[in-house]
Amino acid sequence: MFSNLPILPALVAIPLIGALFLAFVSWLTREEGREQTEKNAPRTALLVSLIVLLLSIVLVIDFDPSNPDFQFMDQAPWLGGGIDFRMGVDGISVLFILLTAFLTPLCILASETSIKTRKADYMIAFLLLESLMIGVFCSIDLVLFYIFFEAVLIPMFIIIGVWGGANRVYASYKFFLYTLLGSVLMLAAILWLYSQSGVQFGEPTTDMTVLKDLDIPGNVQAWLWLAFFASFAVKMPMWPVHTWLPDAHVQAPTAGSVILAGILLKLGGYGFLRFSLPYFPEASVQFAPLVFALSIIAIVYTSLVAYRQTDMKKLIAYSSVAHMGFVTMGIFTFNLQGIQGGIFQMISHGLVSGALFFCVGVVYDRMHTREIAFYGGLVKRMPMFAAFFLLFTMANVGLPGTSGFIGEILTMIGAYQVSPWIAAGAALGMIFSAMYALHLYRETIFGEQVNEKLDVITDVTPREWFILAILAFFTILLGLYPSLVTDVTEASVQQLISEFQAETAAPVAAEVN
Amino acid sequence: MEAITLMAPELLLAGQTIFVVLMSLLVKGEKQADVMRWIAIAMLVAFALISYVLGRPQGTSFNGLLIVDDFGHYSKLVIGLTAALALVFMRPYFKTEGLDRFEFSVLMIYAVLGMSIMVSANNLLSLYIGLEMQALSLYVMAAFNRDSLRASEAGLKYFVLGALSSGLLLYGASLIYGFTGHLDFAGIASSIETEGVNIGIIGGTVFMMCGLAFKISAAPFHMWTPDVYEGAPTPVTGFFASAPKFAAMALIARLLFGPLEDVFNQWQQVVAALAFVSMFIGAVGALNQRNIKRLMAYSSIANMGYALVPLAAGTLFGVKGMLIFMTIYVVTSVGVFAAILQMRIRNGMVEQISDLSGLSQTNRSLALVMTAFFFSLAGIPPLLGFFGKLFAFWPAVDAGLIWLVVSALIASVIGAFYYLRVIKTIWFDEPSQEFVDAPASLRWITTGSALVLVLLVALPFLTFPLQGLIDSAAAALF
Repeated sequence: MFSNLPILPALVAIPLIGALFLAFVSWLTREEGREQTEKNAPRTALLVSLIVLLLSIVLVIDFDPSNPDFQFMDQAPWLGGGIDFRMGVDGISVLFILLTAFLTPLCILASETSIKTRKADYMIAFLLLESLMIGVFCSIDLVLFYIFFEAVLIPMFIIIGVWGGANRVYASYKFFLYTLLGSVLMLAAILWLYSQSGVQFGEPTTDMTVLKDLDIPGNVQAWLWLAFFASFAVKMPMWPVHTWLPDAHVQAPTAGSVILAGILLKLGGYGFLRFSLPYFPEASVQFAPLVFALSIIAIVYTSLVAYRQTDMKKLIAYSSVAHMGFVTMGIFTFNLQGIQGGIFQMISHGLVSGALFFCVGVVYDRMHTREIAFYGGLVKRMPMFAAFFLLFTMANVGLPGTSGFIGEILTMIGAYQVSPWIAAGAALGMIFSAMYALHLYRETIFGEQVNEKLDVITDVTPREWFILAILAFFTILLGLYPSLVTDVTEASVQQLISEFQAETAAPVAAEVN
Repeated sequence: MEAITLMAPELLLAGQTIFVVLMSLLVKGEKQADVMRWIAIAMLVAFALISYVLGRPQGTSFNGLLIVDDFGHYSKLVIGLTAALALVFMRPYFKTEGLDRFEFSVLMIYAVLGMSIMVSANNLLSLYIGLEMQALSLYVMAAFNRDSLRASEAGLKYFVLGALSSGLLLYGASLIYGFTGHLDFAGIASSIETEGVNIGIIGGTVFMMCGLAFKISAAPFHMWTPDVYEGAPTPVTGFFASAPKFAAMALIARLLFGPLEDVFNQWQQVVAALAFVSMFIGAVGALNQRNIKRLMAYSSIANMGYALVPLAAGTLFGVKGMLIFMTIYVVTSVGVFAAILQMRIRNGMVEQISDLSGLSQTNRSLALVMTAFFFSLAGIPPLLGFFGKLFAFWPAVDAGLIWLVVSALIASVIGAFYYLRVIKTIWFDEPSQEFVDAPASLRWITTGSALVLVLLVALPFLTFPLQGLIDSAAAALF
């Protein structure tokens, strides 16, 4: 119904316009009006993000799940030389747009009270971030994709650095330089693809739908795969390049952590699905054992590391690395269950880890510490909070009935088809995840309240209740009715797999002949 | 008549210098410097645009000493406009420092005249004359604040090392002349084509490249740069970082793709090596700098390294990539230095990076434009600096120089660290001191160039004509 309207550019442009508007107002504001601007900025930002949410709901409703190809295509001349402005969504990307549009208003809502200084700047950074993240999922031009992919670093760097904790400068540098180093290697590969497309097609192009047909010799494919892998593995993050994540998470403000865990980590998984598999199928098969090994190490090792953490956010950050291990494992099984599970796990993790970071934010705003040892016996002071926290902890463990279960079980079914050993390793990780999650819950919520400072802690405010309730609703909904997600993604994933199999099978068939 | 059309830009400037010197006898007193400056600015703008107004004449003039083509027209456009902007942003500084003398405008015009001859050189002699004319004016400019110890030191250092590099260049030129028997570019090219490359020509090429590497401050011939950048008056440094770099880069392209075209296999290694060393020296050297001018010096060393990457590809796209990269670099340099000139506290200029602390709270607009400049220099999309690198590295990938591109990208990550430090100081640190209000002209220049960096990519209808200009400029060399 709306597919002839430029809905994707609008999704990118609206938050951008909102950010520019806020910047303009903030620039106009004189000293005496500063307070008023600071007060109104979060409301404006919330309004803008709600419009985006509405529009993205329209997008998803209007999206045709039976069509595996890109829809809502938009194209305009841009830099010339085959580098054009191209946007479109398919089943893989459309839900990530919705997830972004869904989490951003919640983050803005949560930040209105928890951010004390320079609110207007904060909201500008957040709207910019939303615009860029949606842009990543909309782009079907390689250069445009890269621009959004890397531009995300700018607002995130500022968010961590300005509103972060005590060690924020170190964390923001680490975040920026780690991801930049990964990305530039991808840029080298993109340049190669672009130049090669000129040789093979006569005219160079960065159209992602066309580049898929590029014929890349095996040894070069391996190098390019590694270059892309460097970027996505850092973003993901996979063991052993995950060390920026705990630092960034711990130092970032609550909403920053939510977006980091909820969306930014997904850029890596999305990249694997969008580039590594379709562009370099042979190399993907060749390197799959490596990915499995790293994923299993991530699942088991970081779960154990998480168990020993004394900082709540750090614990959840390490658990994110473990959960992302399930995603990479699922994607590189190359079968329907595995990839569907990987996507589902990403969406579910976006909700659950986001909710867990909100929960930590709730107690942090009250007590200004995230030390696990500081808390204990919260169930008596904050019963409502304890209930929510329990739900999200269980979802994090993968309890049936929550969204966390579906993702983990699907990826493990996928992995079992490849090798039972991989599935066994992942299952071991699930046990460990129960260990650290329950440990966290027991230490903070149950037990005797020994710390007298906790006497003044209050239960969730209506605002916090609202945020957590929405997240809880969707966590359970997706747990009970997963086909809401899988139906949308299935056609595109199916096509991805059939193309993948055709390309990897072709050389074998040629050898037989 | 045709000769006049062809030489119009140079004649305009040469006539202007005489005119200004004579005028200085008539206009006296406080207004003298201002009047001369505005005349000079007008002339520089006219110089930049006149070839386009005259319909881009093509040909050789001055008995074949100068070649007039689209490459020269484009270079003159960039050089002329940059020099005019430099004169504009010099004004407030010179006024407050009590240095405002009309001779500066004359020097500027001489320097631009030299650059103009450089970019349209068609003969080893005119190449050398242009280069020296430019360099001599720049030496004096560096030491223009003659009572300042630092400025005199900078001028002297620049002069001694510049003279050394001229010597190397001249020696290389004499070798090439000796082995080919020609001074004009076409003669050299045809001689090399028929008789092949011999050791004398290779030696000559290497010596000439060494001399030119001094001029663009490519490592390992970069030692003068940080000291001169720090010592020279700030607006002069800003000028050094823009137009002369572009002119010298254009000259290198002219030389390598003209007379030395058939020595490609040999000079490719030289250019690639210069690029590689410059990128890493520039990136690593800046890590510990506290002075923003020294930081910019190392940044320009690194950027010259990046600009040499597409030249090493030796293709038409390579020249185009170099021109795009250099144009963006010049815009950024002008903007950054205009921004540095705004860092004025009540009792003087400040130059330390730490003086910028908390700028985002004391002066939002300056903080935003500085952020745009430094993210652009770091090559982070969607700013224009990223596209500069994209178009600079793509030809090298095309030509199979993957190792060079990967090292350039890694160097740019190292470089990102110190650019980030500036941004960190602006955004994360607590405010220390407020700057006094900057003159409107400076604010316009910084805001304008920052807007170019932010918006140009988003506005294809603006980039396409510019790309057309660059395309025809690059094509003129082939």
